[in-house]
Amino acid sequence: MTTDSTLMHTAFGRLTLQAFPVHEPILVATFVAVALGGLIVLGLISYFRLWGYLWREWFTTIDHKRIGIMYMILGLIMLLRGFADALMMRWQQAVAFGGADGFLPAHHYDQIFTAHGVIMIFFMAMPFITGLMNFVVPLQIGARDVSFPFLNNFSFWMTTMGAMLVMVSLFVGEFARTGWLAYPPLSGIAYSPDVGVDYYIWALQIAGIGTLLSGVNLIATIVKLRAPGMTMMRMPIFTWTALCTNVLIVAAFPILTVTLALLSLDRYVGTNFFTNDLGGNPMMYINLIWIWGHPEVYILILPIFGVFSEVTATFSGKRLFGYTSMVYATVVITILSYLVWLHHFFTMGSGASVNSFFGITTMIISIPTGAKMFNWLFTLYRGRIRFELPMMWTLAFMITFVIGGMSGVLLAVPPADFVLHNSLFLVAHFHNVIIGGVVFGAFAGISYWFPKAFGFRLDPFWGKMSFWFWVTGFYLAFMPLYVLGLMGVTRRLRHFEDPTLQIWFVIAAAGAMLILLGIVSSLIQIYVSIRRREALRDRTGDPWGGRTLEWSTASPPPDYNFAFTPVVHDNDAWWDMKQRGFRRPVAGFNAILMPGNTGAGFILAALSGIFGFAMIWHIWWLAALGLVSVLAAAIAHTFNYRRDFQIPANEVERIEDGRTRLLAAQA
Amino acid sequence: MSDTVHAGNEDHGSLRSYLTGFILSVVLTAIPFWLVMTGVLDSKIATEVAITTLAIVQITVHMVYFLHMNTRSEGGWSILALMFTLILVVIALVGSMWIIYHLNANMMPGRDMGQMP
Amino acid sequence: MTATGGNATTGAPVFCLTEEHAHAGGGSTLLGFWIYLMSDCLLFAALFATYGVLGGSYAGGPAPKDVFELPLVAVNTSMLLLSSITYGFAMLATYKGRIAATQGWLVVTALFGLTFIGIELYEFAHLIHDGAGPQRSAFLSAFFTLVGTHGLHVTVGLIWMATLMLQVGQRGLIPENVRRLACLSMFWHFLDVIWIGVFTFVYLGGMLR
Repeated sequence: MTTDSTLMHTAFGRLTLQAFPVHEPILVATFVAVALGGLIVLGLISYFRLWGYLWREWFTTIDHKRIGIMYMILGLIMLLRGFADALMMRWQQAVAFGGADGFLPAHHYDQIFTAHGVIMIFFMAMPFITGLMNFVVPLQIGARDVSFPFLNNFSFWMTTMGAMLVMVSLFVGEFARTGWLAYPPLSGIAYSPDVGVDYYIWALQIAGIGTLLSGVNLIATIVKLRAPGMTMMRMPIFTWTALCTNVLIVAAFPILTVTLALLSLDRYVGTNFFTNDLGGNPMMYINLIWIWGHPEVYILILPIFGVFSEVTATFSGKRLFGYTSMVYATVVITILSYLVWLHHFFTMGSGASVNSFFGITTMIISIPTGAKMFNWLFTLYRGRIRFELPMMWTLAFMITFVIGGMSGVLLAVPPADFVLHNSLFLVAHFHNVIIGGVVFGAFAGISYWFPKAFGFRLDPFWGKMSFWFWVTGFYLAFMPLYVLGLMGVTRRLRHFEDPTLQIWFVIAAAGAMLILLGIVSSLIQIYVSIRRREALRDRTGDPWGGRTLEWSTASPPPDYNFAFTPVVHDNDAWWDMKQRGFRRPVAGFNAILMPGNTGAGFILAALSGIFGFAMIWHIWWLAALGLVSVLAAAIAHTFNYRRDFQIPANEVERIEDGRTRLLAAQA
Repeated sequence: MSDTVHAGNEDHGSLRSYLTGFILSVVLTAIPFWLVMTGVLDSKIATEVAITTLAIVQITVHMVYFLHMNTRSEGGWSILALMFTLILVVIALVGSMWIIYHLNANMMPGRDMGQMP
Repeated sequence: MTATGGNATTGAPVFCLTEEHAHAGGGSTLLGFWIYLMSDCLLFAALFATYGVLGGSYAGGPAPKDVFELPLVAVNTSMLLLSSITYGFAMLATYKGRIAATQGWLVVTALFGLTFIGIELYEFAHLIHDGAGPQRSAFLSAFFTLVGTHGLHVTVGLIWMATLMLQVGQRGLIPENVRRLACLSMFWHFLDVIWIGVFTFVYLGGMLR
């Protein structure tokens, strides 16, 4: 028996049949649903013989537009999972008072709030903003692709592998129970010896590599690949915010990598970075993780500020007010975001001198954001405002984000924070800015650029349904949390004794249900839009009267984006072209050099995922094999020197002629 | 012919610049080792300041002579990226040490919680 | 490339480049790699910060004076510095298009690098054998991780060097290979810069604590 179990242990590490949660009804039901749904999807793909198409046109693509779309799909799927977690928490908190214990034991509840945070930040919000930046930036700067197209594909698959690991943790083993930042000593090996924290670490390390490389990619793209005449101060404002965001990514993510690596060394090797004994200092983890964490939230919001700038200008029919000050505000925010991180742990005990420094810097950083708000308002002022969906989301953002920002400035005052830290007031604040900011902004960006990506607009009716459900749902779900926080209720609790609190939680749960209807409306919107796509078709490439270069291309753009690289003379380059009688060239097309598709990104990421899984379950032989395979595959890839191909001139001509005919039919 | 080997006006160094950098680095390495191993400066603080200064100088030597750092490289973006990174490195190092020093001082057991600086 | 000025006959501005060099990619590679190096710099900054904060926590165990052998560190430092200059010579040969000289200097560089790693592994093994392994205290955890991460980077650099030597042997000093050699050059010199920080703050600084 001992040789048997030793053999099993060597082969499977600590993975045993116990890892499969066959005794948990919720998980079993979820698994059945996921398995059924998955089988249907896989079955349909096989039935319609789409595997070849999927592999050639999507999985191996290096086209920034398709990679951007895949990021958005990933974000949408993970939004559903993360929101399911949110619904469960709201229900639990609405019913669990006094004698009623609710339906989620602590063991589950703790995993749910951890997974909710990890998924929403890393696998919903980050993919949404990365997807938007990936799709839009090369088009806005007049380029044909990003600087490193293969790396782009690889980055996407690494992010997806990280998401996969989190999803797998639902059915094989369990997830971390530490909260989304996994503070030690709780996340150390002594207090979390199980696989949960390891799933967390490896999912984030793998996804983190993808994000970091994506940051390098987009910085190089924006610096090097701008169309002739597009000086830095003639770049679209979304591209400026994308540049600053990617600078933050490159500067912040290495800190996360190190911090998680040190935690994993503590767990795997027995080092003493964050232990309670032998000289370890858990407070250093919190210090380091927030040096990453604060820039991270600016990574999330800066591209969204860019979206709002574009949308406000376009749907007011006016140039953006205060372009220069917008640029300066963005750069100032980028730098200042590195000087505020301690406000996340005022209460840890650094004392008045340190706390007041960071409290002041935190208040200062709200000023450039306020400047942006005023610029948007001044853009709207005396504009001819069109209340299309992107503008609706923008207006909702302006009101909602300002409330959230103000609660943030309140929290920036250390004495106030001593009362409100880790209360539901904090939870309300960050959801206020993330939902009001990032989520509303993502929806604005999606409804704005969807026609460019797919050639038809999203159905406005269902979009408005989604909008009103989301906005009313958000306020109903989170305003009560401010009240509860001020009354002293702590976050991450699954049960309460005081029955007078219950009404607020019930209202919050009702708000969550409204948001659910909003999400369902979005899904219906996608379905209806596809059904009605001919009626919603964008034939000109410029459905909104846009101002920037992406609107000069067809919807969707050809693989090469621009038959001729544009030459830029002013801000709002496309608007400038339209005003000055630009005539689209219809002849004289040249061959275009483009990068070729490759499976290397998918393969490298898949091998990394296997390595991560093996490390989680202590299957050492598989981990070693996985690591060696990744290295070998990476080195093998470098021996491929022939990565580009020519699109022949007559092919370009054929595509452009098609567009010429389409545009002529519109006239 | 040289066009196929390298394009652009990037600085690639010369035998002289590499040797200059090398000699300087040897000297700037030998001095701090000598200072610490012989303890010739009696004050620890003075030695620390000396070796830190020499390290910064040697890093600059490496940047200029080996990494060909100048204000023109990549249209000025290289040095901008370097400056930004160095600022963040200083913030992370100084900030962490300042914060943790205070945390350690205040959070040691047995302290009077009313007297935290 | 055509001029971006106005059209002489109609006076209308030019909005398109009608002719372009079908330039092969690679123009972004050097900048992209430099930016990656900046991120690596911040990675080491976090490790230095950790060492700065935990470097005095001996947990009653060995302190720097007990475990650091400065003469050995001096030898190691010189190995890395020599490898930097020999890589510089390799690059000079590269820009002159001299394949054999490039390969020769790369071999010498790799030998210095391997010696550096060898000495470091010897040092680590010695420490672990003496009960001063990374688990003994936070100071030692920080020491092994910071110095070990640097050593890991050097090792990756050596694997890269071997791969590049093979690729230069196969295809010669084509523009793509020259770009790769330039990137490895940046990486290699950057690792020497980090080592300056390591020997100053960890080894020399440690002896002064």
